[in-house]
Amino acid sequence: MFQFHQTALNLRAARQELLASNIANADTPNYKARDIDFARALQGALGGDGAQLALNTTAAAHLQGEAGETVMGAPVQYRIPTQPSADGNTVEMDTERTQFADNALRYEASVRFISERGKDVLAALQG
Amino acid sequence: MSLFNIFNIAGSAMAAQSQRLNVVASNLANADSATGPDGKPYKAKQVIFETTPVAGQVGQGVKVSAVVESTAPMREVYDPAHPMANEQGYVAMPNVNPVEEMVNMISASRSYQNNVEVLNTSKTLLQRTLTIGQ
Repeated sequence: MFQFHQTALNLRAARQELLASNIANADTPNYKARDIDFARALQGALGGDGAQLALNTTAAAHLQGEAGETVMGAPVQYRIPTQPSADGNTVEMDTERTQFADNALRYEASVRFISERGKDVLAALQG
Repeated sequence: MSLFNIFNIAGSAMAAQSQRLNVVASNLANADSATGPDGKPYKAKQVIFETTPVAGQVGQGVKVSAVVESTAPMREVYDPAHPMANEQGYVAMPNVNPVEEMVNMISASRSYQNNVEVLNTSKTLLQRTLTIGQ
């Protein structure tokens, strides 16, 4: 139970970093906004069906087929913009800010879950 | 720890945006500087943003890769009494576009505010994390 929330918390923090870099680069030409699929990433991080599948190679010269950048094993994906921009930047501030606030709230929720869980265990120990 | 990296990311963006604001201030201040130390009229400057990796993480910060001078033609003003006027009586004035600069200024200040917000949120989250188990 602790491990689940710990993994979730780590993923939330990693996603928060990605969203922060999207907001930081809102004015950088040709920057592409990035994010992770949280549900899949959490599943992968908890050891469910892996978010990353290794490519089977039979010779040393074969390409490894790496998916590029990953966050805790989950591939970092590019956001599909809803509106085009002249400088090739795909950061949409409204999307990023709502996702940022959403992620922060869920992070706090996870923190609360862990705290409460700790209190439950303590209550059980003390009887 | 990802949340500490956010300080670096948002901090780099704030530094870049404040440099942009600095350039805007310089452009607006020199909008009418007909001559500089080199004897030529002031040229509008602009910053170029570039992503920069932050300590081996996936998150990326921002840095100002270059400050370039505008190649727009100089503003020609008819003022025969001006000491810098040419034979036709025209003075080459800086190619600063005040409207562009004001838009740039608002954009820079809004982006700066956004990053301050990001920083504050991360700080709150870190403080909440420290209260686990209390």
